Amino acid sequence: MSTEKTFKLDGRDIPFKDGETVMDAALRAGEYIPHLCHNPDFPPHGSCRVCVVDVNGRHVCSCTLPAAENMDVDNSSDAIVEKRRTLLQMLFVEGNHTCPACEKSGACQLQAVAYNTGMLSPHFPHFFPKRSIDASHPDIVFYFNRCILCGLCVRVSRDVDKKSVFAISGRGISTKMIFNSPSGKAGDTELAITDKAVSVCPVGAIMPKHLGYEIPIGERLYDTKPISVVGHVAENHVAKKPFMSDGPND
Amino acid sequence: MKNIRDFVSELLSETGDAPDQLLQHLCKIQNHYSHIPEEALQLLAERLQTPPAEIVAVVYFYSFLHMHTRGDFDIRFSDNITDRMLGNIPLLNSLCKKLGVEPGVPRADGRVTVALTSCTGICDQGPALLVNGMVISRLDEERIHKMVGLIEAGIPIANWPKSFFVVEDNIQRHDKLLSHGIINGSAIDAMVVKGSDAILESLDHSGLRGRGGAGFKTATKWRICRDAPAEEHYVVCNADEGEPGTFKDRILLNGYANCVFEGMTVCAGIIGAQKGFLYLRGEYLYLREALEKILQERRDAHWLGENILGEKGFDFDIEIHMGAGAYICGEESALIESLEGKRGIPRNRPPFPVTSGYMNKPTVVNNVETFVAAARIADFGAEWFRSSGTEQSTGTKLLSVSGDCERPGIYEYPYGVTIRQVLEDCGAKDTQAVQISGAAGSTIPPQEFYRQIAFEDVPTGGSFMIFNQKRDLLEMVENFSRFFAHESCGFCTPCRVGGTLMKNLVNKVMVGHATSYDISEMENIGLVMQKTAHCGLGSTAPNPVLDTLKKFPGIYSRRLLNRSYEPAFDINAELEVSRHMTGRDDEEAHVRYEK
Repeated sequence: MSTEKTFKLDGRDIPFKDGETVMDAALRAGEYIPHLCHNPDFPPHGSCRVCVVDVNGRHVCSCTLPAAENMDVDNSSDAIVEKRRTLLQMLFVEGNHTCPACEKSGACQLQAVAYNTGMLSPHFPHFFPKRSIDASHPDIVFYFNRCILCGLCVRVSRDVDKKSVFAISGRGISTKMIFNSPSGKAGDTELAITDKAVSVCPVGAIMPKHLGYEIPIGERLYDTKPISVVGHVAENHVAKKPFMSDGPND
Repeated sequence: MKNIRDFVSELLSETGDAPDQLLQHLCKIQNHYSHIPEEALQLLAERLQTPPAEIVAVVYFYSFLHMHTRGDFDIRFSDNITDRMLGNIPLLNSLCKKLGVEPGVPRADGRVTVALTSCTGICDQGPALLVNGMVISRLDEERIHKMVGLIEAGIPIANWPKSFFVVEDNIQRHDKLLSHGIINGSAIDAMVVKGSDAILESLDHSGLRGRGGAGFKTATKWRICRDAPAEEHYVVCNADEGEPGTFKDRILLNGYANCVFEGMTVCAGIIGAQKGFLYLRGEYLYLREALEKILQERRDAHWLGENILGEKGFDFDIEIHMGAGAYICGEESALIESLEGKRGIPRNRPPFPVTSGYMNKPTVVNNVETFVAAARIADFGAEWFRSSGTEQSTGTKLLSVSGDCERPGIYEYPYGVTIRQVLEDCGAKDTQAVQISGAAGSTIPPQEFYRQIAFEDVPTGGSFMIFNQKRDLLEMVENFSRFFAHESCGFCTPCRVGGTLMKNLVNKVMVGHATSYDISEMENIGLVMQKTAHCGLGSTAPNPVLDTLKKFPGIYSRRLLNRSYEPAFDINAELEVSRHMTGRDDEEAHVRYEK
């Protein structure tokens, strides 16, 4: 017998505690809601909008929505999946995402969630932005082409690492991630390879040096099982293979 | 020019080093140095204990702040569609040519920058521009010519002809709010005599709803805020009047500021706030001095400060905070972020500002016009207010009328007035469409002119832009989609990326490269923006496209190519470089389409 409060997600009863979000309750019950800017270890953000669900006829972001009884959550109808796919296509054309040539391929949440929604092409005209690579840090390299502005590194560096190494600057389509250093370069920040902020990037924007293709393509996190089964990159990939500087800086 | 270290030190000793003052400091530094010098930024970072990158992030968020110098004269032409219709672009080109500058690029000698900016709220007497933050209205070739002389001679704007800077109130129709004399203290007096509960009751009975457009019941908002347990409560007046085509708050702040402050004070008395803010859009900087003077007069008269009107414990004061060119800050939670000195990114809700707003304390945010109405209701009573308007939309509404009509200006009407009536009164002829409630509003065709201005029919924050039959409505759509892409805060995917995709597609239609496929793309992107965006700006940004596609399909269809698909780029134009390099121009060096 249970007095636990529940809401419905695709017809299934999902128990929740007071104050819990639809996303957290669903994940706890083993139901996957696609997401990118959300990481269950940190407070919700709500910027990517990929976790959009339909609740009693309204589209809302499940990562920020407090669960409530009598909610009827649609997480899988065509209308919802199509919107997610469009949002992912927007993210793909906004940056320069060349999956076959990206070291993160197979372990990238953007790629994995795109497969999850059945996205087969970027569809929209590419923006082809001119974005740089910052390799000034001895242990870490930054590929801005791949940044999806989820803000996870910014939040985690500020709230967990207590360093505030990053900031999101600008606005609109000119929004970009910047470093907190006089030169504006990553190498002049206090960032360390062991910082939590380094391991939370859901895409291949923040990559360790000295570790190229440690896990062969085909054996990576999402190569064998979909993200809906496997879960987070950060939880799985980094925990097992910590980024380490293993030699003199080159 | 002052030593930067001294300037920043003085600034900090005047207003303190709390992090929430960041934007205010930056505005003053920008006004003084025409940019944020690196040294000033580092000093602020040290004193406010804020990472320098976060300050840089704030600078790049607000259109009026710059890391590189704009020069002695920082000029921005207002670029609303109404300014376009009045010929702002030829005037901008003329000024640029005479000064020898490219738009947006500072002149090498550090004298001047000429650029465009979003609607400055001078639509009834445009085209308009801002020079070092001050408004010049009614631009024409003669004014441009004179400006060139003044700029080249390096004459400070304080010595420019006063006639340049005249902004008229231009009230064309008075009703309840505007026709009564300025009340000084009488609304507060009424509250002190009758008690704040009675005034809230009266406000409730009056049916007053928020005048910013959303129409939330004011008494309900104030009651929730009053009942939210917290040590501190705040009152915020949203004077970030950024919706293109709206300028009613400009008139209220110019001629009825006492009424605005009185309404805020009544609100403070009801919810138990000791501090209030007027968040004034950067474009209205020219109003600030007079507003500060009025605030001082009110302090002297004991309508502000400690023990207002002798009531023990009734302490309330108002501080003016400036915006710096960001439409999104009109959204109440983005406004609060901005008040706290940050980038104006709308917050996740719940919680709502009424329970967790400024500094996470219960906060009432209301429109300028709402506070004026509240003050009048406290003074004259609910029945007086209710006797105008409709059942669901009581009272009157200020409309900012601009565009194709003989008498643009401010028109105050009881709610329920028909669009046709407004058009007749302002002398509009051969009207093709009216854009109501700004860029995010709706486009009304003639067959709907019988409709009423009211929350239950056509709601509006006050913008009323008129387009006659000679206008190309797609130019309006193009102007608005550019506006939304520019003003997107960049936080969420659908608005940040979708807004730019939409702008590019409208442009593709405009230049005659679009097909029916592109129209369905616009509908799809628009739907995703409406349904999934983080805030009201994002979800309403596609409105001008979606609304005109429905009501004025002809403005699109007559430009479409009769093909199923057309690439996003013009392959012949791309090949031009190769043709040039190879010296070829024969037929085989061109791609031929079937017509």
